[in-house]
Amino acid sequence: MADDVKVKEGIDAGTVAAAKALQSENYSAGFKTDIETEYAPKGLNEDVIAFISDKKGEPQWMLDWRLKAFERWKTMKEPGWAKVQYEQIDYQDLYYYAAPKRGAKYESIDDVPKEILDTYEKLGIPLREAEVLLGVEGSAETAAEARGGANSSRVAVDAVFDSVSVATTFRKELEKAGVIFMSISEALREHPELVKKYLGTVVPQSDNFFATLNSAVFSDGTFVYVPEGVRCPMELSTYFRMNAENTGQFERTLIIADKGSYVSYLEGCTAPMRDENQLHAAVVELVALDDAEIKYSTVQNWWPGDENGKGGIYNFVTKRGDCRGARSKISWTQVETGSAVTWKYPSCILRGDDSTGEFYSIAVTNGRQMADTGTKMIHLGKRTRSRIISKGISAGRSDNTYRGLVQVHKKADKARNFTQCDSLLIGGDCGAHTVPYVENRRADAQLEHEATTTKLSEDQLFYARQRGLGEEEAVALLVNGFVRDVMQHLPMEFAVEAQKLLEVSLEGSVG
Amino acid sequence: MTLYIRGMLKLDDLSARVGEGDEAKTILNGLSLEVPAGEVHAIMGPNGAGKSTLSYVLTGREGYEASAGSAMLEGEDLLAMEPEERAAKGVFLSFQYPVEIPGVPVMTFVRAAMNAQRKARGEDEISAPDFIKKAREVGAKLKIDADMLKRPVNVGFSGGEKKRLEIFQMMMIEPRFAILDETDSGLDIDALKTVADGVNALRSPDRAMLVITHYQRLLDHIRPDKVHVLAKGRIIKTGGPELAEQLESEGYDGILGEVL
Repeated sequence: MADDVKVKEGIDAGTVAAAKALQSENYSAGFKTDIETEYAPKGLNEDVIAFISDKKGEPQWMLDWRLKAFERWKTMKEPGWAKVQYEQIDYQDLYYYAAPKRGAKYESIDDVPKEILDTYEKLGIPLREAEVLLGVEGSAETAAEARGGANSSRVAVDAVFDSVSVATTFRKELEKAGVIFMSISEALREHPELVKKYLGTVVPQSDNFFATLNSAVFSDGTFVYVPEGVRCPMELSTYFRMNAENTGQFERTLIIADKGSYVSYLEGCTAPMRDENQLHAAVVELVALDDAEIKYSTVQNWWPGDENGKGGIYNFVTKRGDCRGARSKISWTQVETGSAVTWKYPSCILRGDDSTGEFYSIAVTNGRQMADTGTKMIHLGKRTRSRIISKGISAGRSDNTYRGLVQVHKKADKARNFTQCDSLLIGGDCGAHTVPYVENRRADAQLEHEATTTKLSEDQLFYARQRGLGEEEAVALLVNGFVRDVMQHLPMEFAVEAQKLLEVSLEGSVG
Repeated sequence: MTLYIRGMLKLDDLSARVGEGDEAKTILNGLSLEVPAGEVHAIMGPNGAGKSTLSYVLTGREGYEASAGSAMLEGEDLLAMEPEERAAKGVFLSFQYPVEIPGVPVMTFVRAAMNAQRKARGEDEISAPDFIKKAREVGAKLKIDADMLKRPVNVGFSGGEKKRLEIFQMMMIEPRFAILDETDSGLDIDALKTVADGVNALRSPDRAMLVITHYQRLLDHIRPDKVHVLAKGRIIKTGGPELAEQLESEGYDGILGEVL
């Protein structure tokens, strides 16, 4: 364990230092994206899309782009092939543009259900921060003040808790390095040429039902551009951006790493996020040019609903990275513990010669949750390599499916893939499914696939308990062992929280 | 019957059935035994005598519940406790078949175990430097190198390495009452000696041990204060170390025939 810490120390120390530096600045500056108070009428039509685009002050081409997506979407059917079931969504019964402050807000911490507060406590999130995350009125300001002397291990996250204002100070640091990190709405105003050049080039408007819907109505999201040869000086995180909390429904993220650059991006947070919006259909596009590297990490802990799965989030996300340049690399790491239904396949298009794609995933389902997740590695360029490590953990009455595609095209000389899918079952009422597709057009491709399904064994549990570990603690330890080779790919701050998150997610799953 | 002043473990008329419904079999049948603090007792017996069942009943494994009788550790009812509570009270089992735990390094596992026990007893956790120092010392005694301690628990370990790791854990945890279940199986002579040295080093006036074995050879190195013969679910004969020698030369049949 101690050795693992050392390996990561370089990164971690850098992040902590960066955050500390920021902390010394006074972040009372009031950066705010224009917080609207109105919202569009229910339902979806051209007028609503025009309303959204107008509210954002978008250029005409963006509106046209949205409308084109909408035209397309009207002809599409919701996909039914995933191993998930959920109630039919009435797309005309949703709000597509709402004031950011609407939704799960509490007037005081006393109104927050006890179970939620308990979870925060178990995750070690201070009450003041819980208030902010839960959207208790007026809490952001007090939390920001209170975090003055944050302890060092959490400083990278804590220092930026009042992220609305901190985003500005962050931006100053990043500007020095030439990195653009802002909401996509702002980017459309400030860097329209970049957005126009790359938007929809990885996930085309017509890609799939949910991506097309997103293209028509996306409300906000993140834009990152890292210029040629620049190593982004800090980990970028949506967690740092307060307003991200409310743009979750149809979020759009676009990250471009120019030649020889590097960026690590963290999305989500371990705190249980409540949201009144049941449908989440985000799109994430990554573009890595020659010799560039993008590392994208996600911790997803959306509301899974009650014990019957009622009220949980439907998480239908399209995430794709394009290794457009030679020797580029895109690495996805995800820890998925939330949502009632997850439908998500972060993928890599290995277009550039000698490019590399990686996918490291931990998907935990408990209760009535359903997850159908995996990746696609599309080998187009010569000597492209991909690596897939997927760890599915099913407990309760949940279903957990790994669905993956490895595709080797005709020109992908000597492409290589290694896939490892491990499933762990806890209890006898859950399901684990592995659906790996391989399409190979090259005789010289090297494709390896390993898959295991194991039950959390009573032998192991008893062994650990005989040594003094309580049942929950023993399960957590065994599960952490099971996911260890994926955990190692998470940035340090995230890994520590993600580990706790696993424990909390699996509480009550045995015995 | 000898009256012990400091009976650490006291089993009284202990019975246990294993299996369910019609399959259920009586394995322990009125077993009585007392191990005083400071002593090492050996339990010997033929295959199927109930040796491993005894170790599981004492440590609280699911499916091995006592059907009658009692098991007290320093006056406390062991049978009423969860496995981890028994561990915190000082019960340790060196497993006959140690279990693999993929992805969990030995150091992580042992430290988590020690701290869980300490926490349960209301003690402070062991600090990382103290833990590492102790692990190095104990490892050196058992000829366990640092690399082995970084590997996942028992994964890819040879039979002998697994047994040495059990003793490593015992020496780290320093239990009040240790059960060694067939610790000698799978060990070559050198490893046997190393393991025995470790066990002997733990002998102390406030600790007791129960060494379960089929053969005498371990008892050449760990000299027991008493030897009990377990057959058909109860102790049929008790004697000194010479009883083990008698068993070795005459076999179990001789003793069984003599008693039954």
